[in-house]
Amino acid sequence: LANLGAKPSRYSTVEEPNTLEHITTYNNFYEFGTGKDDPAQNAHRLTTDGWEVEVGGLVDKPGTWTMDDILKGTTLEERIYRLRCVEGWSMIIPWVGFELSDLLNRVGVQSGAKYVAFETALRPDEMTGVSSRVLDWPYVEGLRLDEAMNPLTILATGLYDEPIPNQNGAPIRLVVPWKYGFKSIKSIVRITLTDDEPPTSWNKTQPREYGFYSNVNPSVDHPRWSQATERRIGGGLRARRIPTLMFNGYGAEVAELYDGMDLAKHF
Amino acid sequence: MDLAAPINSALKRVPAWPLYPLGAVPVVWILWQGLEGKLGVDPTKAIEHQLGLWGLWLLIAGLAITPLQRFAGIRLLKFRRAIGLLAFFYILAHLLVWLVLDVQIPSLIWADIVKRPYITIGMAAFLLMVPLALTSNNWSLRKLGAARWRRLHKLTYVLAPLAAIHFVMVVKGWQLEPIYYLACVVGLLALRLVPKRLRIFAAPPVRS
Repeated sequence: LANLGAKPSRYSTVEEPNTLEHITTYNNFYEFGTGKDDPAQNAHRLTTDGWEVEVGGLVDKPGTWTMDDILKGTTLEERIYRLRCVEGWSMIIPWVGFELSDLLNRVGVQSGAKYVAFETALRPDEMTGVSSRVLDWPYVEGLRLDEAMNPLTILATGLYDEPIPNQNGAPIRLVVPWKYGFKSIKSIVRITLTDDEPPTSWNKTQPREYGFYSNVNPSVDHPRWSQATERRIGGGLRARRIPTLMFNGYGAEVAELYDGMDLAKHF
Repeated sequence: MDLAAPINSALKRVPAWPLYPLGAVPVVWILWQGLEGKLGVDPTKAIEHQLGLWGLWLLIAGLAITPLQRFAGIRLLKFRRAIGLLAFFYILAHLLVWLVLDVQIPSLIWADIVKRPYITIGMAAFLLMVPLALTSNNWSLRKLGAARWRRLHKLTYVLAPLAAIHFVMVVKGWQLEPIYYLACVVGLLALRLVPKRLRIFAAPPVRS
């Protein structure tokens, strides 16, 4: 199976990963439908050949990158991360990728840049879900620059040491393990460095429910459900709820990013 | 009316009681699939969702019976009690799965009921069903008298929209499927507001 040859990482959890079946058949990727099994059914229509990512904004070397350009000179690592969905379930996922800071350093972030904005491909012919107005397409997300530069933040191109399946965000997606899953934007076509906080899709749709930061936080409930506990996918009908950890258990690496911030206000 | 006549005469020979054992088939099927791991990787949510959906379908079916009779002449009234009771049992099962398999923790259950509007609304809809389920028998009908019984069972007009609103609020974003069901419920209730033209034409004004 060892296909991508990703190197192990000290940031990986030792918890047992979910199976490939769990990870590839239970997805939120609304461009392919709102059901959990819709992406597995519909995402095969997405063509990832010739994929390009436009990197621009406040950078020294703006331009369009092919996947080969992006991967050239990076070392792929396996990052086994917890993923906590805002809906109250979680998985353990062995991503393969590289730190976002690698790419940002290569393009040269200008001193005025404070945020990184991301955009997902919008292809109505291939994405059956975008005919529905459930979100304002294309899907957009954003991070503060220091969050983007944190070593935990990766761009993933693989899963279980194989190229990442379409339903998981092929060919390249963000993974920010201390934030709710929807922050980890899939199938990225644009990365823009900005000086203003960029709009984010779920926040635009329901600002009261989804904040810009969306850090995993058991003490700040979603207005419609508790975030204190989660159900780990894969346990079947007898699975017990487990307590949700602050920053999804990544506090040692990221808590200082938010020193002095009221996280109930900046949720 | 031409279409309705053969349907009605065929239905005359169909008893209502088989609906009860037939109605148990989906719930057994859903639970069996869940236990066998055939409901995907999150069987708890799948079972909870499917039982709730069946409950809503049955509520909509129950609400469709009067308009079907009035506007299409199809008489299904004798099946309504079974449909209503089945709706109650599906929603009871939906609630139990939520309590036992999903939320699990008693303190969280109460917190959810009082703090989360969609659960408050869902619980209200369920509680309103209880007196209706308890009085869905001939003895209660006799005891209450037809007029009072009918007035009590008008609670359906409140609880069915609540159940549909519960579904709209459960999902992330404004999704179409639950909105269609809500539209369906509202439409079936609105049909009851259509003035009874037949009576206007057939009978002279009450006051002379």
